[in-house]
Amino acid sequence: MVDMKKLTTPLTSADVETLKVGDKVSITGVIYTGRDAAHKRLVELLDAGKELPFDPKGQIIYYVGPAPAKPGSPIGSAGPTTSYRMDAYAPRLIAVGLKGMIGKGSRNKEVVDAMMSHKAVYFAAVGGAAALIAKRIKSKELVAYEDLGAEAIFRLEVEDFPVIVANDVTGEDLYKKGVEAYKRG
Amino acid sequence: MRIIKACDITPKVKELCTSANFELGEDMLDAFKKGLEREESPAGRAVIEQLIENARIAKEERVPMCQDTGFAVFFVEMGRDLHVDGDIYDAINEGVRQGYEEGFLRKSIVSHPLSRVNTKDNTPAIIYIDLVPGDKLKIIFAPKGGGSENMSSLKMLKPSDGIEGVKKFVVESVEKAGPNPCPPIIVGVGIGGTFEKSAWLAKKALLRHVGEKSAKPEDAALEEELESLIGDLGIGPMGFGGRVTAFAVQVETHPCHIASLPVAVNIQCHAARHKEVLI
Repeated sequence: MVDMKKLTTPLTSADVETLKVGDKVSITGVIYTGRDAAHKRLVELLDAGKELPFDPKGQIIYYVGPAPAKPGSPIGSAGPTTSYRMDAYAPRLIAVGLKGMIGKGSRNKEVVDAMMSHKAVYFAAVGGAAALIAKRIKSKELVAYEDLGAEAIFRLEVEDFPVIVANDVTGEDLYKKGVEAYKRG
Repeated sequence: MRIIKACDITPKVKELCTSANFELGEDMLDAFKKGLEREESPAGRAVIEQLIENARIAKEERVPMCQDTGFAVFFVEMGRDLHVDGDIYDAINEGVRQGYEEGFLRKSIVSHPLSRVNTKDNTPAIIYIDLVPGDKLKIIFAPKGGGSENMSSLKMLKPSDGIEGVKKFVVESVEKAGPNPCPPIIVGVGIGGTFEKSAWLAKKALLRHVGEKSAKPEDAALEEELESLIGDLGIGPMGFGGRVTAFAVQVETHPCHIASLPVAVNIQCHAARHKEVLI
């Protein structure tokens, strides 16, 4: 792909503000994994005023439950899961400094509003391109909640992880914009 | 009467579990190629190109094409003149256990929908057994991912809603699903029967080779019309906007009650995996 923007984590508000809906971005650096069960626990910690197992400031969470790694590989196939299931929790994490999320599918209004007010961005990866994405993941290390298996929180080192900006800080939405352009009748 | 041992089924099931998850069928690879030809949106084309490359990597490296290696769903056609010595359900579940463990496939099943503790071996499988003529055993494996399954729906229409009501419900279901089920999708539609029969038909419709039309001319015409209406939605690959929202709509129908018109829509993502073995 041409015209690819390169981004290195952690992200600042200034990094995030340069991104526009539809931008193709390649991410390098550390990202964290988390999906339904892990998000529930993170928000319970916030409710209890406790510290999170990792500092979310400037970080990206990738919504993924990877397949087990084959011997010699850092991770098994690892495509994005559907993001709306994390909508109930995402605004809380954005409020404490999370700068990016990677998943697939639309976000609700609360998440879009939180991204606008706290300067965060939502990236879409290609759902089902799991074997291809796994090749961009260089290491995987357990951070918390081992009992959740594939749903545990892992710290991943990624290189040129391919995504597209689906929601930016202006509240624009790739899904709405894209469909409007091709809808007939 | 032919007799086979249940334990001889297990290794066949194990092989089905891995090969279905590593190798996408020719029908789907062909659908990707044709989709790439007719997709106008650059973002949509980029998605399909990634999917073609992904399928190649998965097959070559023997890794699952999608991390969601699914609920293990089996459609079994059992010859009436065949006797399986032992428990066929146990034999299939053992094959799933071995296949998912040894193939490094993700275990995605929880033992109770509310307490949600992972069974850690992807069992129990969902197994449907049909009796058919002959003395053979055909096992069709179709692992089903959660993302697209979650976007499926069912409605009990009134007979007066007719074909227009059916079309409206199917198109609305796909529109509501939007980007979530990983389009381009395959839309399985079950019409008629009872509440649960229509859902079963919708799933069964997905077992056909993608794009294979219904043998019933009336149903084949409906498939074509639905494909055109869904194409107009503009959802496109991954919902980024485009022409290729569904690779195919596949309809199955069944006789129904004078008072009823059940319609079920089972959505299948582009990782439309199905493999079969004949024993």
